[in-house]
Amino acid sequence: MNITLNGKTKKIGDKITIFQLLRELDLHPQQVAVEVNREIVKRDKFEEHQLSDGDELEILRFVGGG
Amino acid sequence: MSKTDLQNKFDQYIKDEPLKVGDITLNSRLIVGTGKYKSFEETELALEASETEMVTVALRRVDFDADDHLLNHIDPKKYVILPNTAGCFNAEDAVRVCRLGREISNLSLVKLEVLADPETLLPNPVETLKALKILVNEGFTVMTYTSDDPVMAKILEEEGSTCVMPAGAPIGSGQGILNPNNIRIILERAKVPIIVDAGVGTASDVCKAFEIGCEAVLLNTGIAGAKDPVRMAVAMKCAAIAGRQAYLAGRIQRKLYANASSPPMDF
Repeated sequence: MNITLNGKTKKIGDKITIFQLLRELDLHPQQVAVEVNREIVKRDKFEEHQLSDGDELEILRFVGGG
Repeated sequence: MSKTDLQNKFDQYIKDEPLKVGDITLNSRLIVGTGKYKSFEETELALEASETEMVTVALRRVDFDADDHLLNHIDPKKYVILPNTAGCFNAEDAVRVCRLGREISNLSLVKLEVLADPETLLPNPVETLKALKILVNEGFTVMTYTSDDPVMAKILEEEGSTCVMPAGAPIGSGQGILNPNNIRIILERAKVPIIVDAGVGTASDVCKAFEIGCEAVLLNTGIAGAKDPVRMAVAMKCAAIAGRQAYLAGRIQRKLYANASSPPMDF
């Protein structure tokens, strides 16, 4: 299935959870914030939240800023 | 007095109250940004040199091609992480960024800045106020960036901003504190900590902010943009201490005529 990840289309496996996707992307769950279809998904829901075809994901982290 | 007694007495004498931001206590009165450094190593060194205890960060999309990132270099046990809303030009975006930032920092502490346009980077007071009201309602501890307008500063305080952070000069401009009289008026009327945020170009600007009574200074470009950021971070740290101590000590009145320090000649 396809999702939109940070503005780009990405093919991912069916029934994949946010936690699994983060692992695939080599991202630490403690260091990112995740929005699915503009709704924040809390960190403690990463393991149970299954992604659906067409989901729009934002995975965000802290960068240098003033 | 013995040498140890003297040292203890002296240490006690020059001791400063810590800065309180909500329920956070900071011994350093410099808040330092993490943007614009040449490398993460330079970021780490400059933060260390500044002796800051609170650092600002921005929230952006993960760059999947990058092999390193900021949080690998900033220990949250050592620094309070203050997420900003830089890049937001309306209340809705700013609130969204604050909610997301909280997911990573695990703190309800945010630096609210809602800007008017990318060229001036001046704060938009209407959108700032709108965002502040929502954030306060959601339990955030908000440190609000604003212009040096005393009226707006008071309104932000009344609407629940934990600190009010007037600009000394436009963001990244290095022009120093352009209107110290406005900052003075803000200080006279404020019941919350006033923190100069933006405009600092060099150490004397930091010193000046503290001398007139600001509780803290937030800066980024003044350090990161210097030829030698680590050395400038040391200078900013010293300036903060110098300015704060001068403020606490209470300066002499300016006089038109000279006033000899030595007694008149008597022989």
